[in-house]
Amino acid sequence: MRFAALFLALLAAAGDPGERVVHVVARRFTYSPDVIELQLGVPVIIELTSADRDHGFSVPDLGIRIDVEPGKTARVRVVPEKLGTFDFHCDVFCGSGHEEMAGRIMVSAPVASGGNSGH
Amino acid sequence: MGSRTRREFLQIAGVGGVVFASGLLEACSRLGGRPDPRPGMADDFYFVQLSDTHWGYKGPANPEATVELPRAVELVNALPQVPDFVVFTGDLTHTTDDDQERRRRMGQVREHLARLRVPTLRLMAGEHDASLDRGAAFQEFFGPLRYSFDHKGVHFIVLDNVSDPKGILGDAQIDWLSRDLKPRPKDAPIVVFTHRPLFDLKPDWDWTTADGTRAIDVLHAWRHVTVFYGHIHQEHHHQTDHIAHHAARSLMFPLPAPGSQPNRAPLPWDPAHPGKGLGLRDVDTDPRQPAYELREIPLARES
Repeated sequence: MRFAALFLALLAAAGDPGERVVHVVARRFTYSPDVIELQLGVPVIIELTSADRDHGFSVPDLGIRIDVEPGKTARVRVVPEKLGTFDFHCDVFCGSGHEEMAGRIMVSAPVASGGNSGH
Repeated sequence: MGSRTRREFLQIAGVGGVVFASGLLEACSRLGGRPDPRPGMADDFYFVQLSDTHWGYKGPANPEATVELPRAVELVNALPQVPDFVVFTGDLTHTTDDDQERRRRMGQVREHLARLRVPTLRLMAGEHDASLDRGAAFQEFFGPLRYSFDHKGVHFIVLDNVSDPKGILGDAQIDWLSRDLKPRPKDAPIVVFTHRPLFDLKPDWDWTTADGTRAIDVLHAWRHVTVFYGHIHQEHHHQTDHIAHHAARSLMFPLPAPGSQPNRAPLPWDPAHPGKGLGLRDVDTDPRQPAYELREIPLARES
C-alpha cells in the first residue's frame, strides 16, 4: 500500500479556528520553508501557494499529494500520528532543477504545556 | 542466428559487458540447457536500448557531457552484428525553458542519431524532453509520443508517462493501451517501453508513475510482458508478479541506488574513470519462448 495511514489528511480542510497554520511558498526550485516541524497529535493546516508556476506537494509516506498553482491557495490538514522525518517533493515537472525541489516534515513529541492540560 | 550463438560470438569478439538473464523463468530454463521446443531460431533478434542522454546538460556530474552520445553511437556501430533496431527510452535532451534552445538540442541529437548504422530507430520522450511543452517540440522532431509496432512476433508498445508534467499516463492513454492489447492473444510476447517506472520504485524521489498501476493492471492479463524503461539512470530489475521491469543506465550521469543517500543527486564524477556508471544495453530476444537476455555495455574509459 503506497499511502500509509500515518496522517489524517483532509484536503482543503478548514480546521478549527485555533489550529496552527504553516504557510509554504513553492517556487522553482525550492519550498520556503523546506523544513516543516510538527508535533505528534497536534493538528496543523499546511497552506501552499506558488510564486511562479504549477508545482506539486507530495509526501508519499504520508499519503499527501496536492497541486500548487499560481493564484490559488492549496490547503491540507494534517494530524501527525507518527514520529519521524518524512520527505516531500515537487511531483509536477517544473524545469532544470526540479529534481532538487524537496523538503521534509519533522514530527517530534509534543511539547509539555506545563499548564492547563484540558482535563 | 540464435541468441546463444550470437552471445558466444560476442564473447569471442571481446565485446565486454555483464550478461544478465531476464527474470523470466523461461529464459532461465533456456540458459540452463532446456531444448528449444521450436527449433529453427530464425526469428531471434536483438535490439539496443539507449537512455537518458540529457543532451545540453552542463554541470559537475559530467564535465565531458558532449562525449557520451557520440561514443554510444560508435559503440552501437561497432557491434559485431547490426541490431534490428535501437530504442531510446527518453530524456534525449536536458530540459530548458527556452523553446528555441530545446529545438536546437533536439536537432543536434537527431544529427548524432542519424549516424547510427541500424535499420530502425525507435524514439520516445522523457520528462526533460516533453514536460514543459507537453511534447510539442519532441513531436516536431521525432514523431508521436505513444505508439505500438510489431517486430518478428513481438508486440512493442511505447507509453508516454512524461508529457503530462504530473508524470501520468492519463485516462485516454490507458484506454488506448487496452484497445491496443485487446486483439492480442493472451500468450503473445509483449514488450513495453516507458521512460518512468510504471511501478512505485521510490515515490519520494518521483521514481514512479502516479497511475502506473492502472497500466500494470491492464498488462497483467497477458502472460508474457516485459517492460524496459529509463529515468533512474542505473541498471535495475524488478518484478510485479509475472511482469519484469528493467531500467537502463544513462548516457550522461548515474543516479544513486534507491534510498542509498538522502536525495537523488547524481553520483559524483570520477575523473579517474570517465563515464563510470554509464552505458547501454542490448537485448537478445527469442519471441517463441518468449525470453530476453540483457547485456550491459559500459561507457567507462580510463582517463
